[in-house]
Amino acid sequence: MFFNFVDELRAAGIKASFKEHLMLLEALDKDVIEQTPEQFYYLSRAVFVKDEGLLDKFDQVFNKVFKGILTNYGQNPVDIPEDWLKAVAEKFLTPEEMEAIKSLGSWEEIMDTLKKRLEDQQKKHEGGNKWIGTGGTSPFGNSGYNPEGVRIGGESKHKRALKVWEKREFQNLDNTRELGTRNIKVALRRLRRFAREGAAEELDLEGTIEGTARQGWLDIRMRPEKRNAVKVLLFLDVGGSMDPFIKLVEELFSAATAEFKNLEFFYFHNCLYEGVWKDNKRRWAERTNTWDILHKYGHDYKIIFVGDAAMSPYEITHPGGSVEHFNEESGATWLQRVANVYPATVWINPVPEKQWSYSQSTKMIREIIGGSMYPLTLEGLDNAMRELTRKKH
Amino acid sequence: MRFEGTSNYVATDDLKVAVNAAVLLRRPLLVKGEPGTGKTVLAHEIAKAVGAPLIEWNVKSTTKAQQGLYEYDAVARLRDGQLGDERVHDIRNYIKKGKLWEAFTAEKLPVLLIDEIDKADIEFPNDLLQELDRMSFDVYETHETIAAKERPIVVITSNNEKELPDAFLRRCFFHYIKFPDRETMQSIIDVHFPGIQKTLVSKAMDIFYEVREVPGLKKKPSTSELLDWLKLLLNEDMPLDVLQQKDPTKAIPPLHGALLKNEQDVMLFERLAFMARRQN
Repeated sequence: MFFNFVDELRAAGIKASFKEHLMLLEALDKDVIEQTPEQFYYLSRAVFVKDEGLLDKFDQVFNKVFKGILTNYGQNPVDIPEDWLKAVAEKFLTPEEMEAIKSLGSWEEIMDTLKKRLEDQQKKHEGGNKWIGTGGTSPFGNSGYNPEGVRIGGESKHKRALKVWEKREFQNLDNTRELGTRNIKVALRRLRRFAREGAAEELDLEGTIEGTARQGWLDIRMRPEKRNAVKVLLFLDVGGSMDPFIKLVEELFSAATAEFKNLEFFYFHNCLYEGVWKDNKRRWAERTNTWDILHKYGHDYKIIFVGDAAMSPYEITHPGGSVEHFNEESGATWLQRVANVYPATVWINPVPEKQWSYSQSTKMIREIIGGSMYPLTLEGLDNAMRELTRKKH
Repeated sequence: MRFEGTSNYVATDDLKVAVNAAVLLRRPLLVKGEPGTGKTVLAHEIAKAVGAPLIEWNVKSTTKAQQGLYEYDAVARLRDGQLGDERVHDIRNYIKKGKLWEAFTAEKLPVLLIDEIDKADIEFPNDLLQELDRMSFDVYETHETIAAKERPIVVITSNNEKELPDAFLRRCFFHYIKFPDRETMQSIIDVHFPGIQKTLVSKAMDIFYEVREVPGLKKKPSTSELLDWLKLLLNEDMPLDVLQQKDPTKAIPPLHGALLKNEQDVMLFERLAFMARRQN
């Protein structure tokens, strides 16, 4: 009876399965709800949606299936007509900004700026829907570009009474993460290496039996609990060309801090030089000498660089090539030093692998660290972690 | 057995449907939502409403799934063996029942609350899949099977610190407690402070929702914070006009400690107030 509904849910990216469908039928059979559309909506929502990020999609599907009104959910950004986009851009960006963006040339950049601008508007005109959307609050999903959300004009909210699902109250929770932190954590797990360290608080059964047999009296032996003893140094590129990847890197970072007990992280900009920092606000005041890091952390640390490796080649090859300060020694020298001290070094690049060959600096860095550059995708992370585990020291 | 909210818990329609579905079908109910929106309290209220005892299992980062079933105390048995204690002959004396065992074998149908499941290890929910699905498990030491006489009502809360595996989610009903709108908030306050001065509440709610709207807050105050703050305001006998003054140079609400729990947030407000003063 509701097969169409399940199909539509799956098409929209909600992982509805047969199991849930049966659950819904069982609930209907047991008269969990009164026979009203609202109650049915609530029930099917509790059955099919398991993530608040998908609630908005569910509302749209529900509306589509049970009302027959067409909506375009999760439409691909590529499908948006350029003219339309231009019109929107003109509406929200000043001519100067348009020029500035045009010089950058990519539609992605325009989209990003547009998105930020729209969010700003949203904050300033709280609750006001004059600018964007019909009845929604946030016009954008997290990564997808939702034309429904930015529709200009459109039908007014006040023309008719809205059903609960038509209000789309959960719109700003919609997120289509490709790489959830759970997946990242599972990928990072490859790097686990268990060792017994710290206080003895677990009963060593074999040791106890052996000890008791030897001594003739009960000789209880304790041992420390097994812990993940892998040590990781994380170097993160911040600012400039890394801005579009902030969200992705944040996810990686939060997964890594949760996964590794022995994790140290430092920031750098574009390329590694003689100093790194731990707090971006105080990056000039509180710097850590890179030499100190090389001396302080043992050879058994695993090094993970995260950066787009996109810069001018001079920033790598020449002393004084840094965009921010005068570096006495070239970035290549510093990277080489790290690679020498720590055999287990990888570079994780958020830029899609296909684009690497277009950037000379990417190729150079890849060479310096012995080819161990991996894209920031699940597969890439997996391979990077394999590589790190392979290199014992 | 129908859940309709209780005298001190305001339940929205969608919450009622989700709870009733979970109660009638005896499947776990997974509750998510901002901290302080009443996830844990919900389990207490369900227990109260259906007249069932509540068994609470508070999950911590070190909690293992096995601890919810049972624990075998080998050290105690070894010691008793040395001392020649009679108890040593029965292994059952050294098996400590976990919360799930307790819930499965309870005299009266209980409500089992698994609180903050996301605090535990990432594999924790997977380890409980079978047990929650079939509501039975085996005890290897004694070769018995502990099966629930009647499937208990299970409420699971999560703060979204870790994502839960799909296979686990498939077996649950899900409800996201969204932040209450003004109307719901009003009825929540009425439930907690019957007979409170209407103007005070409306002023306090104005300030509260304004604080929540301030962009860049690290931790938005939630329902429980508003209730604490109201209690403080009442205790201190705060004169109404303190809440009423619309002076942007005093951007920090009185007794803000109850609302803002983060020194960065307090600083943010101080800076906003400073900026407002400078503009004047």
